[in-house]
Amino acid sequence: MASIFAAASAQQQQLPPAPPAQNPPQAPSPPAHPTLSVVVLDPAHGGVDAGARGPSGVLESEIVLEFARAARTELERQGLRVVITRQGNDNPTFDDRAAAANSQRGAVFISLHVSSNGPAGIVHAYSLPPAAAAPANPAAPAERPGLLPWDQAQRAYLGQSRRLAELAQIQLAQRFRGTPETPATAEVRQLRTVAAPAIAVEVSSVAVGDRSRLAQMAPALAEALARAVTAFRAVYEAGAK
Amino acid sequence: MPRRLKIALGLLAALVLIGALYFPALRKRLQARPERTEEQARREVTQPPIATPTDVKVKAKIFWASANTSGVLEPVEVELALSADPVQRSKQLLRTLILDPPTPAQRSLPADVALLEFYLLPDGTGVADFSDTLATATPSGILSEQLAVDSITRTLAANVAPIRRLKILIHGQESETLAGHVDLTGFFAVNPAAAAPAAPTSPPAKAPSGGLTPPAAPGKLTR
Repeated sequence: MASIFAAASAQQQQLPPAPPAQNPPQAPSPPAHPTLSVVVLDPAHGGVDAGARGPSGVLESEIVLEFARAARTELERQGLRVVITRQGNDNPTFDDRAAAANSQRGAVFISLHVSSNGPAGIVHAYSLPPAAAAPANPAAPAERPGLLPWDQAQRAYLGQSRRLAELAQIQLAQRFRGTPETPATAEVRQLRTVAAPAIAVEVSSVAVGDRSRLAQMAPALAEALARAVTAFRAVYEAGAK
Repeated sequence: MPRRLKIALGLLAALVLIGALYFPALRKRLQARPERTEEQARREVTQPPIATPTDVKVKAKIFWASANTSGVLEPVEVELALSADPVQRSKQLLRTLILDPPTPAQRSLPADVALLEFYLLPDGTGVADFSDTLATATPSGILSEQLAVDSITRTLAANVAPIRRLKILIHGQESETLAGHVDLTGFFAVNPAAAAPAAPTSPPAKAPSGGLTPPAAPGKLTR
């Protein structure tokens, strides 16, 4: 178990006190933020890590940056502030990207990906499954009351993340033929250390021969994400009351 | 022209014609043959068949990618000789999962990946140590990486009851992700209900100061 701790946000101190050591630890409740005002967009990979590479030279790291820029425009139009974890061809660490969300109040985190293979034009939204965010040894006592272990930061937000994934998947299914209507869960490393509602969105795939086919998906993808976040805003703010 | 020369030339022309027809087919066969042999030879070395005295033929459920639906696993019943020993049984199952998909399209793990070792800890934690190929040849992506991991965990869950959870190592080392997405730093649930050993009744012996000592009940690796 990693012993790196982080005060996930300034409001972590509002968490209830940790249970006694002899009881198995419960998933903490997310801290109550009154409004959802920030969307952290995470174009995955970058720098020396190009991510998935298509046979015709399509790079995941480049496409997701285009997706993030399109989504930023659409989200800002909805009155949301947008933070992008990388602006160019650099490669922040998983923790740097998580920190970009964990330092915000009232934020959601959306990690953008393109798969290596799979039918072209299908989009999946993922949240973390409950088991992935659980401590490796559930019987172990809480290491420090009032602080959220960095490597389990997502644990308190699993329900909200699932809801955000559902809303995103519904919007995506309406825009991309063949896309399922229900989201999936996957043990995505990037999501585990994010102390905010967090999802990963993966478009298939870099295997398309023509790069423009993926680029053409950007406006619809951006619109779907903006609508999902707007719908989630009501859920989020109702839950904070 | 003498008659004998005419016959010789005729025979020669016939032979050239036969050769011209046969040569492309022969070349094709020769090109295909070494590749197959090389792959077979590599498998013989990296993934030799495992036989144990307790092997019994059973119908095992192996989870490969669905032939009909993309991104989904499907159980296939395969008659296999499986050991009563959970470690050997796990090795036999994972070997089959890697090497014998019903069709190439149903492959969930790269063809060249090798299971280097499998351990089972007393608390029901399985440790599967794969060759580097698992990380380098699994298609990068959330769906494809999760499919690869799920094919391993679900195959073990369906056929090896004592494994509670699974740790995946790459060449003996913990890897942060499989191919950039799926988290390998934790454990994957296999049979969460599998009985974990009872907690020790006496507190573990205190380690002498200034030294690293194994815990009182050592987590012996079962090979």
